[in-house]
Amino acid sequence: MKTKKDKPLYNVKSGQEITGSEALVLSLLEEGVDRIFGYPGGAIMPVYDALYDYLDKIEHILVRHEQGAAHAAESYAKILGKPGVALVTSGPGATNLITGLANAMIDSTAMVCISGQVPSGLLGTDAFQETDVIGITMPVTKWNYQITHPWEIPGVMAKAFYIASTGRPGPVMIDITKDAQFGKLKWHYEKCTKIRSYFPSPKVQPEKIDEAAKLINAAKKPLLIAGQGILISNAQQELETLVTKADIPVTTTLLGLSAFPSDHPLYVGMPGMHGNMAPNIKTNECDLLIAVGMRFDDRITGKLEEYAPQAKIIHFEIDPSEIGKNVPIDVPIIGDAKEALSLLIPKVKKTSHKEWITSFHKEYENEYDKVIRPARHSDQGEIRMDEVVHLISEKSEGKAIVVTDVGQHQMVTARNYRFKTSRSWVTSGGLGTMGFGLPAAVGAKVARPDREVIAFIGDGGFQMTIQELGTIAQSNLPVKIVVLNNSFLGMVRQWQDMFFDKRYSFTELVNPDFITIASGYGIRGRFVSDRKDLESAIDDLIKSKDAFILEVKVMKEQNVFPMVPSGESVSNMRIE
Amino acid sequence: MENLQEYTIKVYSENHIGLLNRLTIIFTRRKINIESLTTSEYHIPGVHSFTIVVNTSESMVKKVVQQIEKLVDVLKAFYYQTDNIIYQEIALYKVPTSALTHTNEIEKLVRQYNARILEVTPDYTALEKTGHKEETQELLEKLKPFGILEFVRSGRVAITKPMKELAVHLQEKEDATNYTNHTNITVE
Ligand SMILES: Cc1ncc(C[n+]2csc(CCOP(=O)(O)OP(=O)(O)O)c2C)c(N)n1
Repeated sequence: MKTKKDKPLYNVKSGQEITGSEALVLSLLEEGVDRIFGYPGGAIMPVYDALYDYLDKIEHILVRHEQGAAHAAESYAKILGKPGVALVTSGPGATNLITGLANAMIDSTAMVCISGQVPSGLLGTDAFQETDVIGITMPVTKWNYQITHPWEIPGVMAKAFYIASTGRPGPVMIDITKDAQFGKLKWHYEKCTKIRSYFPSPKVQPEKIDEAAKLINAAKKPLLIAGQGILISNAQQELETLVTKADIPVTTTLLGLSAFPSDHPLYVGMPGMHGNMAPNIKTNECDLLIAVGMRFDDRITGKLEEYAPQAKIIHFEIDPSEIGKNVPIDVPIIGDAKEALSLLIPKVKKTSHKEWITSFHKEYENEYDKVIRPARHSDQGEIRMDEVVHLISEKSEGKAIVVTDVGQHQMVTARNYRFKTSRSWVTSGGLGTMGFGLPAAVGAKVARPDREVIAFIGDGGFQMTIQELGTIAQSNLPVKIVVLNNSFLGMVRQWQDMFFDKRYSFTELVNPDFITIASGYGIRGRFVSDRKDLESAIDDLIKSKDAFILEVKVMKEQNVFPMVPSGESVSNMRIE
Repeated sequence: MENLQEYTIKVYSENHIGLLNRLTIIFTRRKINIESLTTSEYHIPGVHSFTIVVNTSESMVKKVVQQIEKLVDVLKAFYYQTDNIIYQEIALYKVPTSALTHTNEIEKLVRQYNARILEVTPDYTALEKTGHKEETQELLEKLKPFGILEFVRSGRVAITKPMKELAVHLQEKEDATNYTNHTNITVE
């Protein structure tokens, strides 16, 4: 890679003899990496030493726990659409990444994680800080590889980035022994463009596009579900063009939020367990369901046998193994969403489905009256999470990057933040990882220092990775943190309330003073328990040039509604 | 519950460390027991083939094969019902030589079952039979009265009846693939 003025990116020439560690750093530069997240230790010290010579080229963010590095790298990748990189030591450094790898695997995010390893001669001897990283990361990585010779480094790193970022993206783990870091090689780098046994992105079959167009042109009540695949393939524009032309209502999955503007007339909300009523109910009324870049997760489908049995289904998906995995598909379109949608657009007729779309709006009004308005605009009693998110959505004009942790506040945020800009949402979907929020906010802010990053976090999840306040302080990241404190593990308490006779077994939390903890890190903040202070506190949060924490004491026992109880049909949404 | 059936899965892959592990994880995660597994180099240099036998449902074997094919180091995977493959297993039997010298029953069995005598020592005699599991098992039962010192049966090896060659499958797959990166995202 050359810079604009064709100046070389570094001063090492092809063929020059360098150490493995330096080669690793140069490989990162070749792959366009300029920011990484990490934590040093014995087995990765040579790489950290090499990195010290390239501080003007690569910014390294020192996290407080390796799990934080993984989540930050994942969030960074989601915001920028390029692989996030985490660098850790062997043994405990590597095992601390596991949750983050599993999260990125199930949420299809491109990541390259690098761990140091004991010298190759000691492999298998239970050496100090030796763990079988390849074995232990196998089920949670798209690919992994152990480097034991310095000359393997350029080729393997090129492969790692290629695999992580092509096809259905995913995390790649590279384990590199200490002797390979110290050893020498003749430097030469070539990007990977093809692997014999790897078929990343099937070409879209034109016949299938014709079949899909036929169904769309014949449909009276079409509904489109947009997933994260839209964001991964950068097909937001194509999506909008298609649905505007064929007048199709759009619902976005939890991971697909912000792929379609919330204020678009065709936007009908989020489907799924805590989604909006219209897209759930209408799933079982539509005659055509068009799913793009999503995988029919059980939190979306509810009871499979009663999921859209009346509808024909078109599934746009890059990973062939997802076709028919959960839901039978009438027309599978395997390939990249952007390519497929571009081919489809000229084949669909310009039509209008006015009545059908109005029926969504009616359903929304119903939900608004029964659920949304009371939650957003109550003027007495304890503050509700919805009020906070709604106000912040207004005050940030829907333009912030919004990050969440996992639990009730996550669902409330997904329901109440109205996104105006794409690529503005980071949450842990498939794995539901508590502790994801704070480090993900770090990753998002590092990715887009120019944009406002607001993290909504529960009092439970905050304490799982609270140490990343240290990262925020040390790296001067003006992240805005909103702790919605209900003194409960709220989402679990809600299930206990609804399905376990209110037996609140170990879900109540005795919490520390979060504002004091943050101030210990030099982070300013405000605590609000009275509704009349909320607006000014939010103003402080948004106006702050530095990191800021807003802790809101919210209703202790608020349940998130509407809800499709686990295993029930999407038509059976409960509103209380 | 769908009908369980015997399926033979053939996997063609790069010969890379750890691939066997990645393959077996796909089965263990879905609680599918592997009845037998053999692996060897294929006639195309650098390509390895696995023959895996499982009892499962058709819908499950389909999903498993798709998951296998998704592995970065796997070139191609297929599943077959037994009537679409030609297969064998090999069994080795160790019996006391005294049993041979006392009667000619064992020699009869060897002829009848098309087995082979591999080695005779004063202590033991080693026999070999190739065939389907029922056949090698039947011989085992017949030999049991004479005392079995040791017995082992290999996993299944199989070649397939369909004529389309792996190279053709791979070429088709390659032709149907885009190799380039995702559209590079330009941040506004
Ligand atoms: C690491 C992890 N452990 C446990 C859970 C199960 N779990 C899901 S939501 C939840 C409660 C979260 O409580 P809190 O962070 O206070 O957020 P709230 O639901 O109150 O908004 C728990 C324990 C999980 N998702 N992740």
